[in-house]
Amino acid sequence: MLTIKNLHAAVEGTPILRGINLEVKPGEVHAIMGPNGSGKSTLASVLAGREEYEVTEGEVIFKGKDLLDLAPEDRAREGVFLAFQYPVEIPGVSSTNFLRTALNQVREYRGQEPLDAVKFLSLMKEKMKLVEIDQKLLSRSLNEGFSGGEKKRNEIFQMAMLEPTLSILDETDSGLDIDALRIVSNGVNKLKSPDTATIVVTHYQRLLEYIVPDFVHVLYKGQIVKSGTKDLALELEAKGYDWIKEEVDAAV
Amino acid sequence: MSKDNQILEEFTSKEYEHGWSVNYEADEAPLGLNEEIIRWISAKKEEPQWLLDWRLKAFRAWEAMEEPEWANVTYPKVDFQKLRYYSAPKQTKKPKSLDEIDPELLAIYERLGISLNEQKRLQGIAVDAVLDSVSVATTFKGTLAKLGIVFCSFSEAVKEHPELVKKYLGSVVPMTDNYYAALNSAVFSDGSFCYIPKGVRCPMELSTYFRINAANTGQFERTLIVAEDESYVSYLEGCTAPQRDENQLHAAVVEIYAGAHAEVKYSTVQNWFPGDKDGKGGIYNFVTKRGICAGDHSKISWTQVETGSAVTWKYPSCILKGDNSIGEFYSVAVTNNMQQADTGTKMIHIGKNTKSRIVSKGISAGKSQNSYRGQVQVMKRASNARNFSQCDSLLMGDRCGAHTFPYIDIQNPSAKVEHEATTSKIGEDQIFYCNQRGISTEDAVALIVNGYAKEVLNQLPMEFAVEAQKLLALTLEGSVG
Repeated sequence: MLTIKNLHAAVEGTPILRGINLEVKPGEVHAIMGPNGSGKSTLASVLAGREEYEVTEGEVIFKGKDLLDLAPEDRAREGVFLAFQYPVEIPGVSSTNFLRTALNQVREYRGQEPLDAVKFLSLMKEKMKLVEIDQKLLSRSLNEGFSGGEKKRNEIFQMAMLEPTLSILDETDSGLDIDALRIVSNGVNKLKSPDTATIVVTHYQRLLEYIVPDFVHVLYKGQIVKSGTKDLALELEAKGYDWIKEEVDAAV
Repeated sequence: MSKDNQILEEFTSKEYEHGWSVNYEADEAPLGLNEEIIRWISAKKEEPQWLLDWRLKAFRAWEAMEEPEWANVTYPKVDFQKLRYYSAPKQTKKPKSLDEIDPELLAIYERLGISLNEQKRLQGIAVDAVLDSVSVATTFKGTLAKLGIVFCSFSEAVKEHPELVKKYLGSVVPMTDNYYAALNSAVFSDGSFCYIPKGVRCPMELSTYFRINAANTGQFERTLIVAEDESYVSYLEGCTAPQRDENQLHAAVVEIYAGAHAEVKYSTVQNWFPGDKDGKGGIYNFVTKRGICAGDHSKISWTQVETGSAVTWKYPSCILKGDNSIGEFYSVAVTNNMQQADTGTKMIHIGKNTKSRIVSKGISAGKSQNSYRGQVQVMKRASNARNFSQCDSLLMGDRCGAHTFPYIDIQNPSAKVEHEATTSKIGEDQIFYCNQRGISTEDAVALIVNGYAKEVLNQLPMEFAVEAQKLLALTLEGSVG
């Protein structure tokens, strides 16, 4: 589904990603871990098409298409979803209105009829249960005055509504208490299918107890320096990142 | 495609939509301005002597006045002698009903999306259509007349209800109030007149649609709304003009009178031609709008969405004379390209326990300049006056300007006046967030801007709100990315 080959990216001339290679197949969950500043969030942003990040080398193929060639909105319409680490606030625009605009643009791109208000609302009701989100929250301005947990839950709710094929969760666990973490993870797990894939970007192993990865990759200095199964995450939790840093730095 | 997107699609494929003109045969005054022209206009309209005298008095006052320069706008001075002060579509005889109106004129309004055909009209809105200098048609007159409501062209009111016109004309905006009000008083050609008798709640929105069509013509309409005690009316005003290279002048006067316990809502969606990207052409919009809450517990509410005009100079105001009266001003002013807007309000608190509320949302894009200018005045007698002002500015890009000029003058120590102001930029983050959910950049901007202006748009009647949203999106087209 997703093939990343030798991906290099820079911000304002400073290289951040230095040759990422990754293959994600349908049905898989990949966790990207690594110390601060290793390039985890950059990878997520580059895949979503954030403008400040300049791709200097390499390619990304998504469902047979050159992903880097597509505008951010077209990547989204093709099925790439990014759950933001810091969801932005849009005053005066209700989550409901926002999502309806988004969903209908995505549907249009996919050659589907737009959903009328009634169908949209019934779809919303159905998906709201997945993330235990309150309708009241959705009629408020998007993310404005939401708690950290509400913002993250709203991200997963949007994901449920837009039904992406590839979901990238960028530190979705940050700022969540245990209950919110459980709810968000349950939502993600319920949305999993043999046809969709998930990339989970996280600092901590904690999230991976709920969203169990098939593969764990460690990112350091802009490269994937170690890959393994969920046991690798447990090892990192126990030992920290220093042993990996030492291994890598010794090899240079 | 969602309805919103369809609308946007429609709009983004065009520039200024109403930039067409029609060649109809017109009855025109010669170019220039002098007493003779004023006599000519007055005679043309078969006006009574008192009105001619009133016009001449205003003209003499105007001649002695200086064009104001305090507004934060720059433009080449208007040569008043090169303008035409009257242009009317030629009709062989005065139409008595809609059936007798020249189909070509009706077609002009159909093109603007305003059907004057009563059967086809959506329920609930009566329209008075003004083309260049004269009112073309007023719909639903009969229905309204049954309630004692008068809604007609100004000229007709002069003939049919001279005592009302004489009583209220110039009572809120005196003829010598300011340079453009004096000019308007001298040469005004037509406009709308509306009278709601005591205790009557007007059952439909009353609407006037102004269009400038002829070249080199100034449009000087005069609107007078009188709401007697315990009455209610909601009034809408829409404006368009064709696209021309030269600047055209629009100098209107609107007067509102509200008696005790009366309420008047006045909404404007202004979409005069703003000039092209380089600032060529466009309308100079120099307008005086003022209402008086004359009776106790009366209320006047102004809502405006200003998207057009090359230069806008406009301060809808409220004189809160009656005790416990309320004045409100809700405004969205958008400027793009080379547009300049200096707009705001005045709230004059005279009565006790008077309240005013100002919500102004400026949006600047391109190289435009957008100024809010507001005055809150609390007179000695006005104990317990309250004012709340909120002035927000939204900037798009880094070549535009937003300015706020609040003036506060308090003469009563019990007054409570609050002023809040914010300035923000449309964030790349917000746009990217929308993009990531599949929303195009144009739609993202429309969404964010409409959200920002929501508090004001919510004040508009439903149909107008939809039109206003479309206009905001259109005006800002291409201003990001």
